[in-house]
Amino acid sequence: MTDQAIVTHGERRELISFRVGEQEYCVNIMAVREIRGWSPATSLPQSPSYMRGVINLRGAVLPIMDLASRIGMPMVEPTVRSVFIVVQAGDRTVGLLVDAVSDILSITDDLVQPTPDVACDAVRSFVRGIISIEGRMISEISLERLLPEREALAA
Amino acid sequence: MDELEAIKVTFFQECEELLADLEGGLLAMQEGVGDSETVNAVFRAVHSIKGGAGAFGLEPLVRFAHVFETLLDAVRSNEVPGTVELAAVMLRASDVLADHVGAARGLGDVDMDASAAMAAELKAWTDPSAAPIAASEAPSAAEPVLTAQAPSAPVSDDLDEDDLGFDFQPMTISIDAQAADAELIPDDVWTVSIRPKSDLYRKANETGLLLRELNLLGPIVATMDDSALPTLEFLDAEAAYVTWSVRLETEDSEAAIREVFEFVDGDCDLEIVRGEAPVEAALANLLSSIEPAAEAAAEPVEVEVAAPPAAEIPPPPVAAAPVAPAKAAAPAKAAQVDIPGPGQSVIRVDPERIDSLIDLVGELVINQAMLAQRVGEYGIAPSSSLAMGLDELEQLTRQIQDSVMAIRAQPVKSVFQRMPRLVREVANMTGKQARLVMDGENTEVDKTVIERLADPITHMLRNAIDHGLESPEERTAAGKNPEGVVRLAALHRSGRIVIEVQDDGKGINRERVFSIAVKKGLIAPDLQLTDEEIDNLIFLPGFSTAEKISDVSGRGVGMDVVRRSVQALGGRISISSRPGLGSTFTLSLPLTLAVLDGMVVDVAGETLVVPLAAIVESLRPKAEEVRPLGPVGSVLAVRDSFVPLIDVGVTLGYRDHSPPPTDGVVLLVEGEDGSRAALVADAIHGQRQVVIKSLEQNYQQVEGVAAATILGDGRVALILDVDAVINLRRRETPRPTEPTLIAAE
Repeated sequence: MTDQAIVTHGERRELISFRVGEQEYCVNIMAVREIRGWSPATSLPQSPSYMRGVINLRGAVLPIMDLASRIGMPMVEPTVRSVFIVVQAGDRTVGLLVDAVSDILSITDDLVQPTPDVACDAVRSFVRGIISIEGRMISEISLERLLPEREALAA
Repeated sequence: MDELEAIKVTFFQECEELLADLEGGLLAMQEGVGDSETVNAVFRAVHSIKGGAGAFGLEPLVRFAHVFETLLDAVRSNEVPGTVELAAVMLRASDVLADHVGAARGLGDVDMDASAAMAAELKAWTDPSAAPIAASEAPSAAEPVLTAQAPSAPVSDDLDEDDLGFDFQPMTISIDAQAADAELIPDDVWTVSIRPKSDLYRKANETGLLLRELNLLGPIVATMDDSALPTLEFLDAEAAYVTWSVRLETEDSEAAIREVFEFVDGDCDLEIVRGEAPVEAALANLLSSIEPAAEAAAEPVEVEVAAPPAAEIPPPPVAAAPVAPAKAAAPAKAAQVDIPGPGQSVIRVDPERIDSLIDLVGELVINQAMLAQRVGEYGIAPSSSLAMGLDELEQLTRQIQDSVMAIRAQPVKSVFQRMPRLVREVANMTGKQARLVMDGENTEVDKTVIERLADPITHMLRNAIDHGLESPEERTAAGKNPEGVVRLAALHRSGRIVIEVQDDGKGINRERVFSIAVKKGLIAPDLQLTDEEIDNLIFLPGFSTAEKISDVSGRGVGMDVVRRSVQALGGRISISSRPGLGSTFTLSLPLTLAVLDGMVVDVAGETLVVPLAAIVESLRPKAEEVRPLGPVGSVLAVRDSFVPLIDVGVTLGYRDHSPPPTDGVVLLVEGEDGSRAALVADAIHGQRQVVIKSLEQNYQQVEGVAAATILGDGRVALILDVDAVINLRRRETPRPTEPTLIAAE
């Protein structure tokens, strides 16, 4: 269930939008498993800084990714209002740490504009399109690119 | 049709077991430790495969099995001596048979030429014309039963009563055709021996009435034995001397027959046996008894449900004793149940059910730990009934967990069994002579681990034969037996399973290994390495010493892949070698991938679990025991030796500077290669059994971390990979002699 598969032109689809810093992002609602309040994570050694660590999600070990840091913005210390969105990305389940969930949007694909050519690599690879709605600019996240490639240990 | 498919699946499962039995038996024969029972078992295995294959119309398999079986039958009856050479031939035949089974299953093909050649070779060992005569004239002492069955060779198919119930009995039941078959089969023949006591007549009973009653159940042939009748002068008019043997054909059950004798309960010795009377007791029945036997022989499929035919009266069962008939029925049945082979007391369970049970028990363990922690937080006295109840709960949980794990534990035999064939094939392919010696096949290990053992073992064995053993000529020149010995052993060592593959070959040519590693750019030419380090160069990616790329090994993707897959399981693989004497691969894996005993420690505010198996001791270092060594490093003096101090927090990147080791606790650990290190942690929380959770499932492997677990407070804790931590440390503060090698890892 990647969001890639769901894209069909003209059809309505629903997205969950959330705030990361001052910006708004969204993901396909079909990829979202649940939304949970922040709880402290166990940090992972030898991992990129955007990996906040792992938490226990009903017996499964769930990695938490700091979305702000992943797309190249400064890392923000989570507050009581921070939430993580549990999403399915490929065969993995991850939690995305965001500042707040704002909305559920129902859009058609003609509202999606291609990502403008900005300098930031992270934006180019993680944002699949930009939605303009009610004067807001919401970037749609491409989930499958977020997680690092699964690799064997340094060979 | 689906049902038939399901039966077929069962058949192939049985085949696997039978092939394993076959190979095991043949190996025993080859080593000269087989007896007549071994030969019988081997025969039964082939016979059962043939029988089942016939039921499914697997023609090529049946034909080959038949030739094989004929030879084994001849061996069984001592016509063909069961020599070591013959066992070797039959081992190869068993490989072909396995191929046939595989092909019938849709896995791979059979080299029909090789199969035909093998069949011809097998036939050459038997002399068909001599067979029947020899069987009747020289019966095996162990099998007197055979004598009576000499008349025609195929009859022997159904003579071995032992295996009638042995193989597919559970599956044939559901074949529709079975009902039809049953009518053809003389399983409705009973032999009833009646030995009246004097009391029988005193109570005004009469055998004639009993016989008439039996006749109502079906046609009878009664034979009177009056041999015990004394001459007139000694005759006691009121005593019973005459006994009867009755051949009864009836579709009724044994219970119905017993019912006839209800009123003479205890007054006569009664013996009811399914099948025909012994030859000596019922000469009159002999002809008619052979007839149904031959009938059964014509259709091997039916053998499974056939009654034991002629001359197969088992040794008088317990029921022969003068017991009350109602009670006697039970022992008589028990005696019948004895006959079916292995598998009867075994339950086949879908592994998924056990897996989910193990998962659930894992959750139970975590939950129990959480509960205990909560109760502790409320400050409840340890002597209170609540705390004591919790203790009991903990013990029970542990026991449940152990028992559940025991369900999934299996002897490594299932993996080892595949290896003799591999060794034969690799030896043939490389032109070497190799003998495989196996040890510790019954060592048990969790199924999750077993499945992962086959690949590394296969690689290690191939390597041992291809690279380790010399050619027969070289061996002879070196004064060794031309036949090399490869030893495969499994053992438990400190909570892990250790697999050793040892060869008596030439050992590792260190100069060559070193120069190849240099040539391939894997290490710097000026590197100084210990012998052990050179040996372990073969695990580097892209390393291959084979002079020519063979089918067997030498693609350069062997050992490094093996090592990586083993490491991913929390295992270690290493090699040690002595020039001219051989090499030993040692593979060690955790016994289970489900739970682990660990020490819970605090490091830089994080909770970590250190596998207990790696910990030698824990201690609080005194200031005078910590000695600086070099610019940054320091060592700990433990008794007379010095062990490098490793701050876990720094190594894992939790903190930049290590606090003085004297503030913390030191865990003295031992890596798989025997190297020791002193890990510095801030505090120890105690020992706990934890459930292993994969990090890779949702993320990826993390260096220095073996896996994760969930602690009593519901938080995730990481399980430390002790060896990786030791290696990480080495990388950070490289010894001048070693940087390139480690970087290549």
